[in-house]
Amino acid sequence: MVVGTSREPRMRFAYWKEKMIQNHLDRLEARSVHILREAYREFKQLCMLWSIGKDSTVLLWLTRKAFFGHVPFPLVHIDTAFKIPEMIEYRDRLAREWKLNMIFGTNKTALDEKQTFPDGNVNRIMCCKFLKTEALKRTLSGEGERYRMNHSTGKYEIDMNKEPYTGVIVGARADEEGSRSKERYFSPRDRESEWDIAEQPPELWNQYKTDFAPGTHLRIHPLLDWTELNIWEYIERESIPIVSLYFDRGDGKRYRSLGCAPCTQPVESTAKNVHEIVEELRSGKFSRIAERSGRAQDKEDSGGLETLRREGYM
Amino acid sequence: MSSNSIAKPFDNREQFNLVIVGHVDHGKSTVIGRLLSDTNSLPDGKLEAVRERCRRNSKPFEYAFLLDALKDEQEQGITIDSARCFFKSGNRDYIITDAPGHVEFLRNMITGASRADAALLVIDAAEGVMENSRRHGFILSLLGIRQVSVLVNKMDLVKYDLKVLEKIKEEFGAFLEKIGVKPASFIPICAREGENIVRRAEWHDGKTVLEQINDFSAHEELDNKPFRLPIQGVYKFTEEDDQRRIFAGNVETGTASIGDDVIFYPSKKKTKIASIEVFSAKEKKTISAGEAVGVTLADELYVRPGEIMTKSSDISPRVGTRLRVQLFWMGRSPMIKGKRYKLKIASSRTSTFLSSIEKVLDASDFSMSFAKSQIDRHDVATCVIESIRPISFDLPTEIAGTGRLVIVDRYEIAGAGIVLGGAMDSKSIFDEHVEKREERWETSELTSEQRALRFGHKPKFILITGRNEERSKRIGMMLEARLFDEDYHVYYLGIANLDFGMDQDVEEKEEERAERIRRLGELSRIMTDSGQIFITAIGELDPHEIRIIRKLNAPGEILVVSLSQDSDTVSEADINLNENDDEVNSIRKICERLSIEKVIEDYVI
Repeated sequence: MVVGTSREPRMRFAYWKEKMIQNHLDRLEARSVHILREAYREFKQLCMLWSIGKDSTVLLWLTRKAFFGHVPFPLVHIDTAFKIPEMIEYRDRLAREWKLNMIFGTNKTALDEKQTFPDGNVNRIMCCKFLKTEALKRTLSGEGERYRMNHSTGKYEIDMNKEPYTGVIVGARADEEGSRSKERYFSPRDRESEWDIAEQPPELWNQYKTDFAPGTHLRIHPLLDWTELNIWEYIERESIPIVSLYFDRGDGKRYRSLGCAPCTQPVESTAKNVHEIVEELRSGKFSRIAERSGRAQDKEDSGGLETLRREGYM
Repeated sequence: MSSNSIAKPFDNREQFNLVIVGHVDHGKSTVIGRLLSDTNSLPDGKLEAVRERCRRNSKPFEYAFLLDALKDEQEQGITIDSARCFFKSGNRDYIITDAPGHVEFLRNMITGASRADAALLVIDAAEGVMENSRRHGFILSLLGIRQVSVLVNKMDLVKYDLKVLEKIKEEFGAFLEKIGVKPASFIPICAREGENIVRRAEWHDGKTVLEQINDFSAHEELDNKPFRLPIQGVYKFTEEDDQRRIFAGNVETGTASIGDDVIFYPSKKKTKIASIEVFSAKEKKTISAGEAVGVTLADELYVRPGEIMTKSSDISPRVGTRLRVQLFWMGRSPMIKGKRYKLKIASSRTSTFLSSIEKVLDASDFSMSFAKSQIDRHDVATCVIESIRPISFDLPTEIAGTGRLVIVDRYEIAGAGIVLGGAMDSKSIFDEHVEKREERWETSELTSEQRALRFGHKPKFILITGRNEERSKRIGMMLEARLFDEDYHVYYLGIANLDFGMDQDVEEKEEERAERIRRLGELSRIMTDSGQIFITAIGELDPHEIRIIRKLNAPGEILVVSLSQDSDTVSEADINLNENDDEVNSIRKICERLSIEKVIEDYVI
């Protein structure tokens, strides 16, 4: 990290060209792996959120890199019941293939009482709050029912383990939108999962803050330095299997960001594979359009996502 | 799924971390806003949206608003936390960190700056050098950031008078030189108008800010330095049928290959690299700086996370318990003597104490104090700290990653600094403690001789240690039963009784192990004072831990029984039992020894 003496510009260029710099993806990978191992070393009640989207799938892949093919903590998915069906199929297929300790949770009460946007009873922000934020809080705390995949039957069963998860690894990136650019790699939340931005602890070099008062809930963000383009470049390099919704399957449309079916719109794009997406992001039509532009809840009020995040939204 | 091809033109692209620091309101956010906007790095519509929001709120548009993504920050008009933004120029991806200038948020500024490859320090031409300009300059130096450019902003406010620039250059340049920072340039700018950020104004013939940052050199060459792999974890996923024992961590510096002779520090255990483990990647024969790696070893060594793997052929790191350090203190409470802190260097964590303060520097006015007895918030101190276990380290001028440290006070990172060197040995904190404790030891009317006479034996602490904890425990309990049968006063302590009792306030973390060891040592002092034969069995102790327990048990008598294979532990023990010995035989050996030492009477089978 510390920079040495400056060299002559021409020499420096030749130096790069030959072999000095590790590929930028290698650097990102090395840092993320370091953070994952640090989390595993320091925290017992650990889990990883898997939204099925590209970012948390890259995070899952990095975990397998960090632990040499193993995933030593459970993966938690919050099922809003409005997810696009392909997402659930893909989740369960990988869970079986990779022998993941797969858990999902849901806000059964809100769904039973039809307190949802698709049912027409609440607005989008409230719907996110009930089906995602609330469901997540209750799943993490163990108050809500957890469903765990039984690998001998391939089916989900009610998980008997009600221990709270106090460390949660998530795939947030700093470039997604404003509030995420101020996150730390290890970021404490209080008991209500709220985030105090002004009182964040210092993090220096690769010494993260890993000491917390009992009861502290923690978010761990190994992908903070990655950009959307880095994610796709890495998916391409590593041949990571990605849910097919991200690709144009013949109708000139694809999803750039995945969420619930009623609130996530596909974008006009003819990118049919990972390489075409990388090209599209580098120099094509999306090189300057924000990724979450297809997410309706961000537009509901000027600080929609920020308000949700303070209250514990991922 | 696509093919595995990587687009070639991007292979040489590098990521570069740039931090912008400076006093509050000197214009950092505006500089960044301009850089993003003038290099066309903003998403479509972003600039218009911010202009529109300003218009609606009848506020004049400012480039700084681009960064003020959070509501409360806009209200306060200051950067609370380090915000990151991204832009590209040439073949670099820049991550710019906007570090807050407000003194209240200094710890956030440090967070933002610690990972930077280079820094821009903004000074308001009209206001000139402020306390925080100096403090930030000093922190950059402490953090090891050597590439700095000073931007003299708001030149319009001084009517583009270049004499103002010269004056700041003279004053601030001299200050920076004193703290070992050589600025690459002083660039006069007017960020609001975009002058000399990307576009050169007609009144300026030097570099623009963009030219300057493109000229900063990239990362330091780390491969040809001595090999250092701080061990972060030792993994064995046996429940998933994986028998590999993998030592994992990120290589700080140097390279190592399969078959290389390696030494771990501080334990000085030696072996060879047997294999390099990867997941879904090409087979590797060599690991090098910057990589997150995993290796297996030729011998089954007991090495804990926190040790540093080095190559026998390379210069070894230093090892010691007393370090002379330069420390910047951020904690709300001051750093004081007699309080236990946690020291983190590379992947090691150990308990540490402040031993002595050499001098304290006020980073804002550079006044020096030699008489302080504590280190207050925002002080920069040269001091000696003492850890309770030996740690290995390098000098940061040689290897940055193993030469810088943080100090944790309870749950907060409260101090950050660099190692200046090992400190002269003085009496260790343990020796000092034991001396004081014994001076004040309260004795009753009874003497230990009286007790020995009554009990028919002398007191002894029998400590059984070995990797096979179950076996150690069995031997401990059988020994207790055997001695009890012979009418001796004996007590076997199950170590779990401490975990859930006396030690229940000690966290289950590696670095807390030392605290458990300390308490066991103190307890053994009391138990042996009571005249008993006190037995306990514990998992593998390293030689240092055995020495600590010996010290704390003194003047009580101790017998260390080792079932270890480890040659260092073996040499520290009083009796070494063969792992193949049956238990009855092991007990016989211990009793014979007790008899030789006249703890018990002649021992006859």
